[in-house]
Amino acid sequence: MHRVLHSFANPFYFRQALPDIWSGFTINVQMMLIAEVLVLVFALVLAIVRGLPGRGAKPFRGLAIVYTDFFRGTPLTLVAFAFILGIPGLDYPGISHYSNEVYGIAALTVVYTAYVTEVYRAGIESVHGSQRMAARSLGLSYGHTMRYVVLPQAIRRVVPPLLNDFIGLQKDTAIIGAIGVIEAAAQANNFASSYFNFTGFLVAAVFFIYLTIPLARYTDHIIKERELRERATAT
Amino acid sequence: MSANGHFVAIENVTKRFGDLEVLTHVSLEVEEHGVVCLIGASGSGKSTLLRCVNLLERVDEGTIVVDGETITNGKVDVNALRRKIGIVFQAYNLFPHMTVAQNVMLAPRKVRGLSQSEARSRAWGLLDRIGLLDKADEFPDRLSGGQQQRVAIARALAMEPKLMLLDEITSALDPQLVSEVLNLVRELAQSGMTMIIATHEMSFAREVSDKICFLDGGVIREQGPPDQIFSNPREARTREFLARVIEAGRM
Repeated sequence: MHRVLHSFANPFYFRQALPDIWSGFTINVQMMLIAEVLVLVFALVLAIVRGLPGRGAKPFRGLAIVYTDFFRGTPLTLVAFAFILGIPGLDYPGISHYSNEVYGIAALTVVYTAYVTEVYRAGIESVHGSQRMAARSLGLSYGHTMRYVVLPQAIRRVVPPLLNDFIGLQKDTAIIGAIGVIEAAAQANNFASSYFNFTGFLVAAVFFIYLTIPLARYTDHIIKERELRERATAT
Repeated sequence: MSANGHFVAIENVTKRFGDLEVLTHVSLEVEEHGVVCLIGASGSGKSTLLRCVNLLERVDEGTIVVDGETITNGKVDVNALRRKIGIVFQAYNLFPHMTVAQNVMLAPRKVRGLSQSEARSRAWGLLDRIGLLDKADEFPDRLSGGQQQRVAIARALAMEPKLMLLDEITSALDPQLVSEVLNLVRELAQSGMTMIIATHEMSFAREVSDKICFLDGGVIREQGPPDQIFSNPREARTREFLARVIEAGRM
Protein backbone atom coordinates (compact mmCIF):
# COMPACT_ATOMS: atom_id res chain seq x y z
CA MET A 1 0.00 0.00 0.00
CA HIS A 2 2.80 2.33 0.90
CA ARG A 3 4.44 1.71 -2.44
CA VAL A 4 1.23 2.41 -4.26
CA LEU A 5 0.75 5.69 -2.45
CA HIS A 6 4.35 6.64 -2.98
CA SER A 7 4.10 5.92 -6.66
CA PHE A 8 0.70 7.42 -7.45
CA ALA A 9 -0.07 9.92 -4.70
CA ASN A 10 3.10 11.40 -3.40
CA PRO A 11 2.51 14.90 -1.97
CA PHE A 12 5.98 16.05 -2.93
CA TYR A 13 5.61 15.02 -6.55
CA PHE A 14 2.05 16.30 -6.55
CA ARG A 15 3.27 19.83 -5.97
CA GLN A 16 6.17 19.29 -8.31
CA ALA A 17 3.92 18.20 -11.17
CA LEU A 18 1.20 20.76 -10.63
CA PRO A 19 2.40 23.75 -12.72
CA ASP A 20 3.21 21.85 -15.92
CA ILE A 21 0.08 19.76 -15.80
CA TRP A 22 -2.01 22.84 -15.11
CA SER A 23 -0.61 24.55 -18.17
CA GLY A 24 -1.33 21.38 -20.12
CA PHE A 25 -4.85 21.29 -18.75
CA THR A 26 -5.62 24.76 -20.06
CA ILE A 27 -5.13 23.22 -23.52
CA ASN A 28 -7.70 20.53 -22.65
CA VAL A 29 -10.17 23.17 -21.58
CA GLN A 30 -9.55 25.17 -24.72
CA MET A 31 -10.05 22.17 -27.01
CA MET A 32 -13.13 21.13 -25.08
CA LEU A 33 -14.82 24.52 -25.21
CA ILE A 34 -14.22 25.10 -28.90
CA ALA A 35 -15.20 21.54 -29.84
CA GLU A 36 -18.37 21.68 -27.73
CA VAL A 37 -19.62 24.84 -29.36
CA LEU A 38 -18.93 23.45 -32.82
CA VAL A 39 -20.53 20.12 -31.96
CA LEU A 40 -23.68 21.79 -30.64
CA VAL A 41 -24.13 23.71 -33.89
CA PHE A 42 -23.15 21.02 -36.41
CA ALA A 43 -25.08 18.27 -34.66
CA LEU A 44 -28.23 20.38 -34.57
CA VAL A 45 -27.93 21.05 -38.29
CA LEU A 46 -27.40 17.34 -39.01
CA ALA A 47 -30.31 16.30 -36.80
CA ILE A 48 -32.59 18.75 -38.60
CA VAL A 49 -31.37 17.55 -42.00
CA ARG A 50 -31.95 13.97 -40.96
CA GLY A 51 -35.56 14.76 -40.11
CA LEU A 52 -36.35 16.73 -43.27
CA PRO A 53 -39.56 15.53 -44.91
CA GLY A 54 -40.19 14.77 -48.54
CA ARG A 55 -38.56 12.95 -51.40
CA GLY A 56 -36.38 15.88 -52.41
CA ALA A 57 -34.54 15.75 -49.10
CA LYS A 58 -33.78 12.05 -49.39
CA PRO A 59 -30.15 12.39 -50.51
CA PHE A 60 -29.47 14.80 -47.67
CA ARG A 61 -31.07 12.49 -45.13
CA GLY A 62 -28.93 9.69 -46.57
CA LEU A 63 -25.73 11.70 -46.22
CA ALA A 64 -26.57 12.54 -42.63
CA ILE A 65 -27.17 8.86 -41.86
CA VAL A 66 -23.90 7.81 -43.51
CA TYR A 67 -22.06 10.47 -41.54
CA THR A 68 -23.42 9.46 -38.16
CA ASP A 69 -22.99 5.75 -38.85
CA PHE A 70 -19.41 6.23 -39.97
CA PHE A 71 -18.16 8.49 -37.22
CA ARG A 72 -20.11 6.90 -34.42
CA GLY A 73 -18.53 3.60 -35.32
CA THR A 74 -14.97 4.86 -35.75
CA PRO A 75 -12.78 5.12 -32.65
CA LEU A 76 -11.76 8.69 -31.87
CA THR A 77 -8.14 7.56 -31.74
CA LEU A 78 -8.24 6.57 -35.41
CA VAL A 79 -9.85 9.83 -36.46
CA ALA A 80 -7.37 11.82 -34.39
CA PHE A 81 -4.42 9.95 -35.90
CA ALA A 82 -5.77 10.48 -39.37
CA PHE A 83 -6.27 14.20 -38.81
CA ILE A 84 -3.12 15.02 -36.83
CA LEU A 85 -0.73 12.86 -38.79
CA GLY A 86 -2.51 12.72 -42.12
CA ILE A 87 -3.68 16.22 -42.92
CA PRO A 88 -0.32 17.97 -42.57
CA GLY A 89 1.16 15.29 -44.83
CA LEU A 90 -1.25 16.21 -47.60
CA ASP A 91 0.45 19.57 -47.82
CA TYR A 92 -2.67 21.28 -49.12
CA PRO A 93 -2.49 25.03 -48.82
CA GLY A 94 -5.15 26.30 -46.46
CA ILE A 95 -5.76 23.12 -44.50
CA SER A 96 -2.41 21.48 -43.93
CA HIS A 97 -0.57 24.07 -41.88
CA TYR A 98 -2.39 24.34 -38.61
CA SER A 99 -1.23 23.22 -35.18
CA ASN A 100 -1.94 19.74 -33.86
CA GLU A 101 -4.37 21.30 -31.45
CA VAL A 102 -6.54 22.51 -34.32
CA TYR A 103 -6.59 19.05 -35.91
CA GLY A 104 -7.35 17.59 -32.51
CA ILE A 105 -10.33 19.91 -32.13
CA ALA A 106 -11.46 18.95 -35.62
CA ALA A 107 -11.25 15.23 -34.78
CA LEU A 108 -13.21 15.69 -31.55
CA THR A 109 -15.82 17.78 -33.34
CA VAL A 110 -16.26 15.33 -36.19
CA VAL A 111 -16.67 12.32 -33.90
CA TYR A 112 -18.81 13.93 -31.22
CA THR A 113 -21.06 15.57 -33.78
CA ALA A 114 -22.12 12.06 -34.75
CA TYR A 115 -23.07 11.19 -31.17
CA VAL A 116 -24.79 14.46 -30.43
CA THR A 117 -26.78 14.32 -33.67
CA GLU A 118 -28.39 11.17 -32.34
CA VAL A 119 -29.10 12.85 -29.01
CA TYR A 120 -30.82 15.76 -30.72
CA ARG A 121 -32.71 13.39 -32.97
CA ALA A 122 -34.02 11.43 -30.03
CA GLY A 123 -35.16 14.72 -28.49
CA ILE A 124 -36.89 15.82 -31.69
CA GLU A 125 -38.66 12.49 -31.99
CA SER A 126 -39.77 12.63 -28.37
CA VAL A 127 -41.92 15.68 -29.07
CA HIS A 128 -45.38 14.29 -29.62
CA GLY A 129 -46.80 14.44 -33.14
CA SER A 130 -49.82 16.34 -31.87
CA GLN A 131 -47.55 19.32 -31.20
CA ARG A 132 -46.48 19.49 -34.84
CA MET A 133 -50.06 18.93 -35.89
CA ALA A 134 -51.24 21.82 -33.72
CA ALA A 135 -48.52 24.08 -35.10
CA ARG A 136 -49.10 23.12 -38.73
CA SER A 137 -52.84 23.52 -38.35
CA LEU A 138 -52.25 27.14 -37.30
CA GLY A 139 -50.60 27.65 -40.67
CA LEU A 140 -47.01 27.57 -39.41
CA SER A 141 -44.56 26.33 -42.02
CA TYR A 142 -42.38 23.27 -41.43
CA GLY A 143 -39.44 25.50 -40.56
CA HIS A 144 -41.38 27.65 -38.12
CA THR A 145 -42.88 24.56 -36.53
CA MET A 146 -39.41 23.14 -35.94
CA ARG A 147 -37.95 26.39 -34.72
CA TYR A 148 -40.66 27.59 -32.38
CA VAL A 149 -42.47 24.43 -31.32
CA VAL A 150 -40.42 21.27 -31.76
CA LEU A 151 -36.80 22.27 -31.15
CA PRO A 152 -37.33 24.26 -27.94
CA GLN A 153 -39.09 21.29 -26.39
CA ALA A 154 -36.63 18.78 -27.85
CA ILE A 155 -33.49 20.59 -26.70
CA ARG A 156 -34.85 21.09 -23.21
CA ARG A 157 -35.37 17.36 -22.92
CA VAL A 158 -31.89 16.39 -24.06
CA VAL A 159 -29.87 18.67 -21.80
CA PRO A 160 -28.87 15.81 -19.46
CA PRO A 161 -27.72 13.40 -22.19
CA LEU A 162 -25.94 16.30 -23.93
CA LEU A 163 -24.06 17.02 -20.76
CA ASN A 164 -23.16 13.38 -20.49
CA ASP A 165 -21.63 13.44 -23.95
CA PHE A 166 -19.73 16.57 -23.08
CA ILE A 167 -18.19 14.95 -20.06
CA GLY A 168 -17.08 12.24 -22.47
CA LEU A 169 -15.70 14.82 -24.87
CA GLN A 170 -13.88 16.56 -22.08
CA LYS A 171 -12.12 13.36 -21.10
CA ASP A 172 -11.39 12.40 -24.67
CA THR A 173 -9.32 15.55 -25.12
CA ALA A 174 -6.68 13.43 -23.38
CA ILE A 175 -6.64 11.09 -26.40
CA ILE A 176 -5.52 14.03 -28.51
CA GLY A 177 -2.68 14.38 -25.99
CA ALA A 178 -1.51 10.87 -26.74
CA ILE A 179 -1.12 11.78 -30.40
CA GLY A 180 0.69 15.04 -30.30
CA VAL A 181 -0.79 17.86 -28.27
CA ILE A 182 0.95 18.64 -25.01
CA GLU A 183 -2.10 18.78 -22.79
CA ALA A 184 -2.58 17.54 -19.23
CA ALA A 185 -2.31 13.80 -19.83
CA ALA A 186 0.75 14.20 -22.02
CA GLN A 187 2.35 16.41 -19.38
CA ALA A 188 1.59 13.79 -16.75
CA ASN A 189 3.21 11.18 -18.93
CA ASN A 190 6.30 13.35 -19.43
CA PHE A 191 6.46 13.82 -15.71
CA ALA A 192 6.25 10.08 -15.12
CA SER A 193 9.11 9.38 -17.51
CA SER A 194 11.32 12.06 -15.94
CA TYR A 195 10.74 11.20 -12.28
CA PHE A 196 9.72 7.52 -12.41
CA ASN A 197 6.71 8.60 -10.38
CA PHE A 198 3.09 8.53 -11.46
CA THR A 199 1.59 11.15 -9.16
CA GLY A 200 1.27 13.37 -12.21
CA PHE A 201 -1.57 11.17 -13.42
CA LEU A 202 -3.43 11.82 -10.20
CA VAL A 203 -2.92 15.54 -10.66
CA ALA A 204 -4.36 15.37 -14.17
CA ALA A 205 -7.25 13.21 -12.96
CA VAL A 206 -8.06 15.72 -10.24
CA PHE A 207 -8.21 18.50 -12.82
CA PHE A 208 -10.56 16.52 -15.05
CA ILE A 209 -12.82 15.58 -12.18
CA TYR A 210 -12.75 19.12 -10.91
CA LEU A 211 -14.10 20.26 -14.26
CA THR A 212 -16.86 17.66 -14.65
CA ILE A 213 -18.48 18.01 -11.25
CA PRO A 214 -19.45 21.68 -11.55
CA LEU A 215 -20.71 20.94 -15.06
CA ALA A 216 -22.95 18.19 -13.72
CA ARG A 217 -24.26 20.37 -10.88
CA TYR A 218 -24.82 23.26 -13.25
CA THR A 219 -27.01 21.12 -15.49
CA ASP A 220 -29.03 19.87 -12.55
CA HIS A 221 -29.54 23.50 -11.66
CA ILE A 222 -30.71 24.48 -15.16
CA ILE A 223 -33.18 21.63 -15.30
CA LYS A 224 -34.58 22.43 -11.90
CA GLU A 225 -34.87 26.13 -12.63
CA ARG A 226 -36.78 25.47 -15.84
CA GLU A 227 -39.10 23.12 -14.09
CA LEU A 228 -39.83 25.68 -11.42
CA ARG A 229 -40.43 28.38 -13.99
CA GLU A 230 -42.93 26.23 -15.81
CA ARG A 231 -44.75 25.14 -12.70
CA ALA A 232 -44.96 28.55 -11.10
CA THR A 233 -46.30 31.82 -12.41
CA ALA A 234 -44.13 33.49 -14.98
CA THR A 235 -44.52 37.02 -13.76
CA MET B 1 -67.56 32.80 -53.93
CA SER B 2 -68.00 29.09 -53.43
CA ALA B 3 -69.14 25.87 -54.97
CA ASN B 4 -72.91 26.17 -55.49
CA GLY B 5 -73.00 28.72 -52.71
CA HIS B 6 -71.78 26.33 -50.04
CA PHE B 7 -68.93 27.48 -47.86
CA VAL B 8 -67.66 23.94 -47.47
CA ALA B 9 -68.62 21.26 -49.97
CA ILE B 10 -67.41 17.74 -49.30
CA GLU B 11 -68.18 15.48 -52.21
CA ASN B 12 -67.87 11.72 -52.35
CA VAL B 13 -64.84 11.64 -50.10
CA THR B 14 -63.22 8.31 -49.39
CA LYS B 15 -60.27 7.90 -47.08
CA ARG B 16 -58.31 4.76 -46.34
CA PHE B 17 -55.59 3.96 -43.84
CA GLY B 18 -53.93 1.02 -45.55
CA ASP B 19 -56.67 -1.53 -46.12
CA LEU B 20 -59.03 0.09 -43.68
CA GLU B 21 -61.60 2.38 -45.24
CA VAL B 22 -62.41 5.01 -42.62
CA LEU B 23 -64.58 7.24 -44.80
CA THR B 24 -66.73 5.95 -47.62
CA HIS B 25 -68.28 8.31 -50.18
CA VAL B 26 -68.96 11.04 -47.69
CA SER B 27 -70.79 14.12 -48.96
CA LEU B 28 -71.64 17.09 -46.79
CA GLU B 29 -72.25 20.79 -47.24
CA VAL B 30 -71.77 23.57 -44.76
CA GLU B 31 -73.20 27.02 -45.36
CA GLU B 32 -71.44 30.22 -44.40
CA HIS B 33 -72.22 31.04 -40.74
CA GLY B 34 -73.67 27.56 -40.43
CA VAL B 35 -72.89 25.06 -37.71
CA VAL B 36 -72.79 21.37 -38.53
CA CYS B 37 -72.38 18.76 -35.82
CA LEU B 38 -70.94 15.36 -36.59
CA ILE B 39 -72.24 12.68 -34.27
CA GLY B 40 -71.53 8.98 -34.12
CA ALA B 41 -69.60 6.43 -32.14
CA SER B 42 -65.86 6.66 -31.63
CA GLY B 43 -64.12 5.37 -34.73
CA SER B 44 -66.99 6.34 -37.01
CA GLY B 45 -64.75 8.74 -38.93
CA LYS B 46 -65.71 12.11 -37.42
CA SER B 47 -62.16 13.17 -36.61
CA THR B 48 -60.78 11.91 -39.87
CA LEU B 49 -63.36 13.91 -41.78
CA LEU B 50 -62.40 17.08 -39.90
CA ARG B 51 -58.74 16.45 -40.54
CA CYS B 52 -59.39 16.02 -44.23
CA VAL B 53 -60.94 19.47 -44.34
CA ASN B 54 -57.73 21.20 -43.28
CA LEU B 55 -55.49 18.69 -45.04
CA LEU B 56 -53.99 17.13 -41.96
CA GLU B 57 -55.12 14.03 -43.82
CA ARG B 58 -55.19 13.60 -47.60
CA VAL B 59 -58.34 12.17 -49.12
CA ASP B 60 -58.03 9.18 -51.43
CA GLU B 61 -61.09 9.95 -53.52
CA GLY B 62 -63.55 12.78 -53.87
CA THR B 63 -63.22 16.54 -53.57
CA ILE B 64 -63.45 19.11 -50.85
CA VAL B 65 -64.11 22.75 -51.66
CA VAL B 66 -63.55 25.37 -48.98
CA ASP B 67 -64.44 29.01 -49.57
CA GLY B 68 -64.52 28.50 -53.33
CA GLU B 69 -61.18 26.74 -53.47
CA THR B 70 -60.77 23.06 -54.29
CA ILE B 71 -58.31 21.83 -51.69
CA THR B 72 -58.05 18.20 -52.71
CA ASN B 73 -56.28 18.56 -56.06
CA GLY B 74 -52.78 18.73 -54.59
CA LYS B 75 -52.13 22.22 -55.93
CA VAL B 76 -53.45 24.18 -53.00
CA ASP B 77 -51.11 26.11 -50.70
CA VAL B 78 -51.61 24.09 -47.52
CA ASN B 79 -50.32 26.79 -45.19
CA ALA B 80 -52.51 29.43 -46.81
CA LEU B 81 -55.53 27.17 -46.48
CA ARG B 82 -54.86 26.46 -42.83
CA ARG B 83 -54.64 30.17 -42.12
CA LYS B 84 -58.35 30.44 -42.72
CA ILE B 85 -59.32 27.23 -40.95
CA GLY B 86 -58.93 26.91 -37.19
CA ILE B 87 -58.94 23.51 -35.57
CA VAL B 88 -59.21 22.62 -31.90
CA PHE B 89 -58.29 19.16 -30.70
CA GLN B 90 -59.56 16.89 -27.97
CA ALA B 91 -56.19 16.99 -26.18
CA TYR B 92 -55.86 20.83 -26.41
CA ASN B 93 -52.28 20.50 -27.73
CA LEU B 94 -51.14 23.81 -26.29
CA PHE B 95 -47.41 24.44 -26.57
CA PRO B 96 -46.16 23.58 -23.07
CA HIS B 97 -42.97 25.65 -23.28
CA MET B 98 -44.86 28.86 -23.97
CA THR B 99 -47.07 30.97 -21.77
CA VAL B 100 -50.76 31.27 -22.55
CA ALA B 101 -50.18 34.63 -24.25
CA GLN B 102 -47.26 33.28 -26.27
CA ASN B 103 -49.40 30.35 -27.40
CA VAL B 104 -52.00 32.75 -28.72
CA MET B 105 -49.49 35.16 -30.25
CA LEU B 106 -47.21 32.70 -32.05
CA ALA B 107 -49.16 32.13 -35.27
CA PRO B 108 -50.33 35.76 -35.72
CA ARG B 109 -46.72 36.88 -35.38
CA LYS B 110 -45.00 34.24 -37.49
CA VAL B 111 -47.70 33.47 -40.03
CA ARG B 112 -49.59 36.74 -40.33
CA GLY B 113 -46.52 38.84 -39.66
CA LEU B 114 -48.13 40.97 -36.97
CA SER B 115 -45.83 43.06 -34.83
CA GLN B 116 -45.30 42.10 -31.20
CA SER B 117 -47.65 44.84 -30.02
CA GLU B 118 -50.36 44.06 -32.58
CA ALA B 119 -50.24 40.37 -31.72
CA ARG B 120 -50.25 41.24 -28.06
CA SER B 121 -53.32 43.42 -28.24
CA ARG B 122 -55.11 40.78 -30.30
CA ALA B 123 -54.16 38.10 -27.76
CA TRP B 124 -55.23 40.26 -24.85
CA GLY B 125 -58.58 40.91 -26.51
CA LEU B 126 -59.17 37.20 -27.02
CA LEU B 127 -58.04 36.23 -23.54
CA ASP B 128 -60.38 38.83 -22.16
CA ARG B 129 -63.18 37.40 -24.26
CA ILE B 130 -62.60 33.88 -22.93
CA GLY B 131 -62.24 35.21 -19.40
CA LEU B 132 -58.62 34.21 -18.92
CA LEU B 133 -56.80 37.51 -19.10
CA ASP B 134 -55.37 36.90 -15.63
CA LYS B 135 -53.75 33.69 -16.91
CA ALA B 136 -51.90 35.36 -19.79
CA ASP B 137 -48.46 34.79 -18.31
CA GLU B 138 -49.08 31.33 -16.91
CA PHE B 139 -47.77 28.17 -18.53
CA PRO B 140 -50.48 25.80 -19.77
CA ASP B 141 -49.87 23.11 -17.16
CA ARG B 142 -50.99 25.56 -14.48
CA LEU B 143 -54.45 25.71 -16.04
CA SER B 144 -57.41 23.37 -15.69
CA GLY B 145 -58.43 21.30 -18.69
CA GLY B 146 -61.35 23.60 -19.41
CA GLN B 147 -59.13 26.66 -19.26
CA GLN B 148 -56.55 25.02 -21.52
CA GLN B 149 -59.23 24.17 -24.03
CA ARG B 150 -60.51 27.76 -24.00
CA VAL B 151 -56.96 28.94 -24.65
CA ALA B 152 -56.71 26.47 -27.53
CA ILE B 153 -59.87 28.01 -28.98
CA ALA B 154 -58.45 31.50 -28.51
CA ARG B 155 -55.22 30.40 -30.18
CA ALA B 156 -57.18 29.25 -33.22
CA LEU B 157 -59.33 32.40 -33.24
CA ALA B 158 -56.22 34.60 -33.17
CA MET B 159 -55.71 33.70 -36.81
CA GLU B 160 -59.17 35.09 -37.57
CA PRO B 161 -60.29 31.91 -39.32
CA LYS B 162 -63.35 31.77 -41.55
CA LEU B 163 -64.05 28.21 -40.48
CA MET B 164 -63.55 26.43 -37.19
CA LEU B 165 -63.23 22.67 -36.82
CA LEU B 166 -63.81 21.36 -33.31
CA ASP B 167 -62.69 17.79 -32.77
CA GLU B 168 -64.44 16.39 -29.68
CA ILE B 169 -63.11 19.28 -27.70
CA THR B 170 -64.91 18.38 -24.48
CA SER B 171 -64.23 14.64 -24.51
CA ALA B 172 -61.12 14.87 -22.34
CA LEU B 173 -62.67 17.23 -19.81
CA ASP B 174 -64.06 16.57 -16.36
CA PRO B 175 -67.85 16.91 -16.51
CA GLN B 176 -67.91 20.11 -14.46
CA LEU B 177 -65.51 21.78 -16.93
CA VAL B 178 -67.50 20.95 -20.03
CA SER B 179 -69.98 23.80 -19.78
CA GLU B 180 -67.38 26.60 -19.70
CA VAL B 181 -66.04 25.34 -23.02
CA LEU B 182 -69.45 24.78 -24.54
CA ASN B 183 -70.53 28.28 -23.52
CA LEU B 184 -67.64 29.67 -25.49
CA VAL B 185 -68.55 27.59 -28.54
CA ARG B 186 -72.16 28.69 -28.22
CA GLU B 187 -71.02 32.30 -28.22
CA LEU B 188 -68.94 31.62 -31.33
CA ALA B 189 -71.93 30.12 -33.09
CA GLN B 190 -74.02 33.15 -32.19
CA SER B 191 -71.35 35.46 -33.55
CA GLY B 192 -71.76 33.75 -36.93
CA MET B 193 -68.66 31.58 -37.03
CA THR B 194 -68.91 28.76 -39.54
CA MET B 195 -68.15 25.55 -37.69
CA ILE B 196 -67.96 21.81 -38.10
CA ILE B 197 -68.10 20.16 -34.71
CA ALA B 198 -67.44 16.53 -33.90
CA THR B 199 -69.07 15.89 -30.54
CA HIS B 200 -70.61 13.45 -28.12
CA GLU B 201 -72.59 16.22 -26.40
CA MET B 202 -75.98 15.55 -27.95
CA SER B 203 -78.06 18.22 -26.27
CA PHE B 204 -75.43 20.77 -27.12
CA ALA B 205 -75.37 19.58 -30.73
CA ARG B 206 -79.12 19.85 -30.91
CA GLU B 207 -79.14 23.35 -29.52
CA VAL B 208 -76.27 24.88 -31.44
CA SER B 209 -76.32 23.35 -34.90
CA ASP B 210 -78.22 23.95 -38.12
CA LYS B 211 -77.51 20.47 -39.33
CA ILE B 212 -76.69 17.16 -37.69
CA CYS B 213 -74.76 14.55 -39.54
CA PHE B 214 -74.71 10.99 -38.25
CA LEU B 215 -71.62 9.00 -39.17
CA ASP B 216 -71.52 5.26 -38.76
CA GLY B 217 -68.60 3.11 -39.90
CA GLY B 218 -67.26 5.87 -42.15
CA VAL B 219 -70.58 6.41 -43.88
CA ILE B 220 -73.02 9.27 -43.41
CA ARG B 221 -76.20 7.38 -42.53
CA GLU B 222 -78.36 10.40 -42.10
CA GLN B 223 -78.17 14.17 -42.08
CA GLY B 224 -80.75 16.82 -41.46
CA PRO B 225 -81.99 19.51 -39.11
CA PRO B 226 -81.39 18.69 -35.43
CA ASP B 227 -85.09 18.42 -34.55
CA GLN B 228 -85.68 15.87 -37.23
CA ILE B 229 -82.58 13.79 -36.43
CA PHE B 230 -83.18 13.72 -32.68
CA SER B 231 -86.99 13.49 -32.62
CA ASN B 232 -87.72 11.66 -35.79
CA PRO B 233 -84.68 9.79 -37.14
CA ARG B 234 -85.39 7.98 -40.39
CA GLU B 235 -82.64 5.43 -40.28
CA ALA B 236 -82.63 2.41 -37.98
CA ARG B 237 -78.91 2.91 -37.24
CA THR B 238 -79.52 6.47 -36.12
CA ARG B 239 -82.32 5.34 -33.82
CA GLU B 240 -80.09 2.63 -32.36
CA PHE B 241 -77.25 5.07 -31.79
CA LEU B 242 -79.49 7.66 -30.15
CA ALA B 243 -81.12 5.00 -27.99
CA ARG B 244 -77.69 3.96 -26.73
CA VAL B 245 -76.77 7.58 -26.07
CA ILE B 246 -79.93 8.10 -24.04
CA GLU B 247 -79.30 4.87 -22.19
CA ALA B 248 -75.82 6.12 -21.28
CA GLY B 249 -77.36 9.27 -19.88
CA ARG B 250 -75.57 11.50 -22.33
CA MET B 251 -78.63 13.42 -23.43
